[in-house]
Amino acid sequence: MGPLSKPGLEDLLRECAPQALGAVIRRYGDFDTCEDAVQEALLAAAQQWPVDGVPDNPKNWLITVAARRRIELLRNETARRRREEAVCQLPGPAPARGDDELALLLLCCHPALTPVSQVALTLRAVGGLTTAEISRALLVPEATVGQRITRAKQRIRDSGAHFTMPPPAERAARLNAVLHVLYLIFNEGHTASSGSQLNRVELTTEAIRLARQLRQQLPEDGEVAGLLALMLLTDARRPARTRPDGGLVPLAEQDRSKWDRRAIAEGIALITATLQSAPIGPFQLQAAIAAVHDEATRPELTDWPQILQLYGLLQRLAPGPMVELNRIVAVAMVHGCSQALAELDAAERDPALAGHYRVTAVRAHLLEMAGDIAAAREQYRLAARRTLSIPEQRYLDSRAARLAEAPPASAR
Amino acid sequence: MKYLILIQSNARSLAAWEKMTDEQRMDLGRGHMKLNQEMAEAGVHVASEGLADPSLATWVSVRDGKTIASDGPYAEVKEHLAGFYLIDCEGIDEAIAWAAKVPDAAITEVEVRPILDMSGWDL
Repeated sequence: MGPLSKPGLEDLLRECAPQALGAVIRRYGDFDTCEDAVQEALLAAAQQWPVDGVPDNPKNWLITVAARRRIELLRNETARRRREEAVCQLPGPAPARGDDELALLLLCCHPALTPVSQVALTLRAVGGLTTAEISRALLVPEATVGQRITRAKQRIRDSGAHFTMPPPAERAARLNAVLHVLYLIFNEGHTASSGSQLNRVELTTEAIRLARQLRQQLPEDGEVAGLLALMLLTDARRPARTRPDGGLVPLAEQDRSKWDRRAIAEGIALITATLQSAPIGPFQLQAAIAAVHDEATRPELTDWPQILQLYGLLQRLAPGPMVELNRIVAVAMVHGCSQALAELDAAERDPALAGHYRVTAVRAHLLEMAGDIAAAREQYRLAARRTLSIPEQRYLDSRAARLAEAPPASAR
Repeated sequence: MKYLILIQSNARSLAAWEKMTDEQRMDLGRGHMKLNQEMAEAGVHVASEGLADPSLATWVSVRDGKTIASDGPYAEVKEHLAGFYLIDCEGIDEAIAWAAKVPDAAITEVEVRPILDMSGWDL
């Protein structure tokens, strides 16, 4: 027992939350009631521990209290429904087990759920965040988040999903869904960059924490390692990615001395070791690309031929419109703008990219590189009109304005 | 992704309203209540309101630090905002599916507008 600082207490609770929940579900099976019970146990702990001190075994304390609360919840429900089955004679739950957290994560990212529900449920059940915290992070009302969680739990119950490890044949696909949910959480935080949205940045920290936990469970999995490396290498640039006014700074103009060297070193070591030992996968390739960018202390030192090669591999392994766009940017850096512009025209025939503002933004950059200032300006303005992001809109507008001011002689 | 579903009042919607029976008007209101409920249950509802008549609007401006509130300029505009739903859902296809459930979509049409956010990709 001992006193604990508030952040220390929060960290401890959130570390214990999925383990306690896992143990309780494994014992009783009813995910939705168990989840409510653990939430109440966490609330009780947050109130009692600062006063009474932290128990010797916090996890077991949570498990015991949650088990008791579960019985109370069921009793209330039973009373309401006039059902009188005995629910209080069950033995206490077994202690936490190592693979509980993984089973819990797989359940929260169950294919029967929509992505927004998977995100909300994972943040609460595995991340130990309250509904209020999730609502602030996702910028939607608390009632909406609460409803998403309730519905998600209902769906899990209806789908008959169990708190067990899926059979080996399903495991890869189920794990892949987990990785995508963690990446979605990371991006929710990463892409929200302005000062007024500071609380969303916690989502990147949360996603990295969850990815680290997952890696502890599956140290041999190349894609888990790849995702963690990708998050570290991307998040390392966060201090340089925005101006104090919230404006976006493109990679080529970032003050690279502000990059988090420790995160970069960890990410590079992780992805290098993984690429040597595990079968290759899309997250590893994206991490490798991020590593090449992070290794360049100046933009002109960027190894673009290697980036182009990696995007080529990624496009074969996990083809997608955004991968293709990024590959075309690399084409421009290696083979020049005219080839890149030709490939961009071809890529725009894909319905997923036709009329997409990112195509327009990339075209604007390529035209600017090629020295076609008037056309570049027009494309920047068009892209600014079509984006849904305020920082991007400001950035694209400022590029257009900069070109408007520049005398024609300064054209590159 | 957040979307605003806008319901406009215009000559066509007014003409349709005039032709409706009391029962049909009640159904329209009930349809909105039901949709609110359905959006809440689906976890997509952020906010929704119906707006009072534009003749009750107040126009506010600030000049030299002074706030000026007035009833005008009240011109007979052909179209005005009558109500809205703000939803948070997976994407435009889902937003369109929700818009199609707005009772007014069966009478005139409703507009779906994406909301700007603070997200940004690495440039």
